[in-house]
Order: sequence, then structure tokens, then C-alpha cells
Amino acid sequence: MFKLKCDDFLEYDESTGTYSMPAEQRVRDETERNRWKNIGLTLLKDWRLYLMLVPMLLVYLLWKYAPMYSLTAAFRYGSAVNPDERAWAGISAFQSIFVGFYSASFWMAFRNTFILAFYGLLFGFPMPIILALFFNEVKSNITRSILQVCVYLPKFISTVIVTSLALALFQGTAGGQPIGIVSRFLMMISHSETLMSRVNDGLLLTSEYFRALYVVTDIWEHAGYDSIVFFAAVIAVSPTSYEAAQIDGAGKMQQMRYVVLPSILSTVVIMLIMKIGGLLSVGYEKLYLLSPDSTYGNYNVAEVVSTWSNRLSTASTGAELNQAFGIAGEMTNNLIGMILVIGANTIARKVSDVSLY
Amino acid sequence: MKRKMEVSELIFKIIAYVLLIIFAVLCIYPLLYALSSMFSSFDAIQAGEVIIWPVEPQIQSFMWVIENSTFWVNYANTLFLTFVGTIWCLFYSILGAYALSKKRLMGRHGWNFFLVFTMWFAAGVVPTYLNYQQTGLIMANLVGQSSMYDIDLKWLIVIAMGMNAQNIILLRNAFEGVPSEIEEAARIDGATELQILTKVFIPMSKATIATVALFFGISRWNGYFWAYRVLGTGQSYSWPVQVYMRDFLERNTLLTTNDRGEDWIVQSVPEATSYLYAMVVFAMVPILVIYPFIQKYFAKGVNMGGVKE
Repeated sequence: MFKLKCDDFLEYDESTGTYSMPAEQRVRDETERNRWKNIGLTLLKDWRLYLMLVPMLLVYLLWKYAPMYSLTAAFRYGSAVNPDERAWAGISAFQSIFVGFYSASFWMAFRNTFILAFYGLLFGFPMPIILALFFNEVKSNITRSILQVCVYLPKFISTVIVTSLALALFQGTAGGQPIGIVSRFLMMISHSETLMSRVNDGLLLTSEYFRALYVVTDIWEHAGYDSIVFFAAVIAVSPTSYEAAQIDGAGKMQQMRYVVLPSILSTVVIMLIMKIGGLLSVGYEKLYLLSPDSTYGNYNVAEVVSTWSNRLSTASTGAELNQAFGIAGEMTNNLIGMILVIGANTIARKVSDVSLY
Repeated sequence: MKRKMEVSELIFKIIAYVLLIIFAVLCIYPLLYALSSMFSSFDAIQAGEVIIWPVEPQIQSFMWVIENSTFWVNYANTLFLTFVGTIWCLFYSILGAYALSKKRLMGRHGWNFFLVFTMWFAAGVVPTYLNYQQTGLIMANLVGQSSMYDIDLKWLIVIAMGMNAQNIILLRNAFEGVPSEIEEAARIDGATELQILTKVFIPMSKATIATVALFFGISRWNGYFWAYRVLGTGQSYSWPVQVYMRDFLERNTLLTTNDRGEDWIVQSVPEATSYLYAMVVFAMVPILVIYPFIQKYFAKGVNMGGVKE
């Protein structure tokens, strides 16, 4: 009985009359026992490769991940400097930004973030696609190159210059005629009393027109450059597809609808996911430069969560004590942003087999 | 049938050309306007007479910038930040991307996630600022100083800023595109890991590296917010030129209250606008010089930018 059982996993040597472990099992056991040793050996053999990873990991750890530790300050009392030394406050910071003392300014900033991001997506996202389709119509390489060089350029101009130029071009009047060239142009073509009085104030500094102009300047900056990706997708459509559609009697619009759009759809989906991922991180640098102070006329529409948080923590009085609120607010904003990107990615994967991450 | 098709195509083509030309003109017009205004008389700018060409030409603004030593000190700072900063970012990005591109790297998915996560979630303005402050303090302590303003904070800006995970992914994808046979051949010939990177992978990914270098360089050249937050007024000798220009704008701007109690901007001195335009033009020169040479690489580089994982 025992012998039979042993035969299942041991080998019986007739000549010596002993049982022994089969060879493969020994190797398997050996491998299992030496698992960590083997991993260590592989690491050692490839140590140069792992060493190459170290500088990058250190940089990211020190200046991207280390700041995340300060997020704990949102749950503590007082300043965010050395949060370990402060007492736990639970969610009181969140209470005061959601319903308490800071709720009015926080929700205003949060709403503005959403509105600016939404307008940016609604008007800013289709623009590069349209540009790419238009570029596809320009058959002369030289003409197209010249046009492309022009429209890519704004992307490489600094935010400081863009905002300085925008403020100058939209500048209001210093008694008499408005100074900015765009303001003058608007004065020439418009006869609306309200618009004219706002133009006098400097259109960018008014709450009525700020959002529209912000989106317009954003399109000016990014649309041309963002069209590169879509243009590459459009020219990848093979000419035979167009010919086939033409033979079937498809007009220009039908070709667009049934040939071009399906071919660039995956690119569009990927770019949309990326846009949604960055949705709530609206350009705070630009908004800060356009509305540096809460007395500005555009403050109530230009204040987003990042600038709100920055303002709280740099206020001339009580800045240190306000840091917890600023951190709590921005954390809320960024967490929602993260949920958006993961959500967009999941939906995209479900409906179209295209996903980014 | 055939005729109708051609008409719709022609109309579409005309619309495309017209709108593209309008957009292209709008894209370069503000820069052209800045250039003309820089050489126009102050009165002409104030009166809005400058439209395309300089009116009542003068070179006073041009000379003002040339003779403004603070501007050139800050300009040199920006050149330093751009040059050293780009090299530093390229250094760790290329090494890291090379390691990430290797299938045999253990924990590859984990490292990739470590990188990509920073594109999804950021700590925010206040934690980042506190982190830079602390970094500055540690750097000062290392050289035996007690305050971050005692050391040249340019170095802090160089090493701690300008991170971009998207660029690393671009490089990684380019390295993944290098055929493994070439790598094997080099390995058989006795090349070390570093030699394989410098002699095989880097030369074969020149276009992507050029693009990524451009992205890093441009973001360094244009960087404003964090340089301003870290340097503040405490260390104006390290200011990059962007901070100087913004400071100039603010110094020469008067805030007046309108009838609704809101602030609006009036420029205090007529010359200021012209000087500002002149500085804008000077600050754009390096970008405009490099741009045409490197422009042809973008399309190639950007299209490899999809995050594959």
C-alpha cells in the first residue's frame, strides 16, 4: 500500500532498493528555493539597466510624489508646514470649504473651473480636427507648409507674452479712444452700448466677455499645434478609399462622413480622453496672469480652484492658517479630474476598443 | 451627377483655403503687431495708428532694451535655465525611457504606472510650493547656509522643475521601435548597456529626441509661474526674463476703478507699451531662430506620442 503511494511521486531504484526524487521535481524544488536568489541574480546581471532608472525615479519621487505628503495637512489643523506636528482635524477643512466659511469662494472657483474646462472642450476640441480636414484640402506642399508653420507658432509663445499681448490688444480707453487694436476694431463695427462700455474697460477684464475671450485665446494658442495628430490620421486614409466612395457616387460631405471620420475616429477618441484627463487642470498660469488680484473685474469668472488655493495661501494675512483649506479644495478638484480620466478611458474601452492606459 | 460632385468639392476647397488663411494670419498677426509697435512712435501706438507697418519709425524702444542691463541679466538667466535645464531633463528622461523600453525590466508595468500616475493626479499648487521651499532649504543647508535665498535658486529651478511624463513616454515608444536584432548584434559584438544606448538607440531615435528636447527647451524658456513663486522678490537677480517682463508690465500699469467698483488697467507711461513690445520681440528671437529647423520633426515625434501600455 505504502509502496504504491510512494510510486506516485518517488522513483524506485531496483539496484540499490532506495527511493529517490525524480529529476524534474528536484529542479522545480531548487528553482522554488532559489526564487529570490534568482531574482537577485537577474537584477545583478542587469544592474546597469536598473541604475539607469534611478535618476528618473528619484526626480519623480522627490518633486512629484513627495508633495503629495502635504495633502495630509488637509486633515490637520493649521499650517501645512511640518504637518506631523499638528493635531488631526478630521474633515473640518472640507466642511468649511464645502458648506462653511470658504464655501462661497470655493464653489465659485469650482464652478469656474468646470465652465472654463467645458467651454474649452466644447469649442477647443473640434477646432484642430476641422483644421486637419482643411489642411487635407491643400494639395500644394509648399502652401500647406507655410500655413502650418504659421498656425503651430502660437503654441511656442510663453504665457506671459500671450497674456501681455492679449491685455495690450484688448486694452481699454485712457480717456477717449480705446488703445488696443482689437478694442478699436470692435468699437468700429459695434454700436451696442453695453459692449462699448465693456470695451472701454478692457474687454479681457470684464466678467461678461472673459470666458469667451479665454477660450478664443486658448484656441489661438493650441488649435494649430493640436491639429498635427489629426492631420497625420487624415493623410493616412488611403486614396483608394476615396476613389471607391467616389465610384459609389459619394459627394464631398458623404466622403467626409463615411470615409474620413471612421478612419480618424480612434485618434479622436484617444485625444478626447487626453483632453478630459486634463480637463480640470485648466491653465492656472494663464488665469493667474489675466486675473492676478481679486479686485479685477474678471475675478468672479477667472478664479479657478488652483488660483483660489494659491491666493488663499499667499494672502497677506493668515496665509499659513489657510493652507489646509487650499490643499483640501485643490485635492477635491484633482481627485475629480482623476476620476474623469479613468471614467473616460473605461467608457472608451467599452464602446470602441480604443483606450489610452 | 459628376458635375454636382465637383461643385461641392470646389466649394469645400474654397472654404478650407479661406478659413485656413484667415486663421494663419490671425496666428501671426499679434507678433507682427508687436514688431511694428516696437518701431513706432509712442503717440502712434496710443492713437491706434499702427496696424501692420511701423508708423513714425523710431528706435528708442529698441535701444532702451539693448541698454537695459537688468533685462540682459535676466535674459542670461533664462538661457542658463533653458540650456542646463533641458540637458538635465533629457539626461534622466533618456536613461529612464531606455530602461522602461526593455521587456526584460522587472516591474515594468509598475514603473510605467508610477510615471503615468503623475499625469492623472497632481498634489496641487500649495503642496508643490511647500516642497520647493523645503528643497531650497535642504540645498542651502548642504552648502552651509540657513535660508534658501542665500543660495542661487537657479539650480533649484533646474533640477526640480520641468518634469514631463508625456515626453518620457514619447522617448520610450521611440526606443521600443528600434529593432531588437540591432541591439542583439551590438551585444554580441561586446557593447555594454551604455554603449548600446549611446551608439545604437540614441542615433536611431534622433527625430524623437530632437522633438523632446524642443518640448523641454520651450517649456523652460517660457516657464513663469513656479520661477516667480520660488524666487519671488527675494532673489530678483535670478529671475528669468518672463518674470522680468511680467513685473515690468505690472509696475507700469495703473489700476483704476470703474463705475462698477472693478479694477481696470490703464498704462501709466506711454513708452511702457512700446518697451514691452520690444522685450516681447527680443524674448521670442531664440524660439523663432530654432523653430524652422526643428519644426519638421514635430509631426513625426508627436504621432508616436500615444501612451501604449
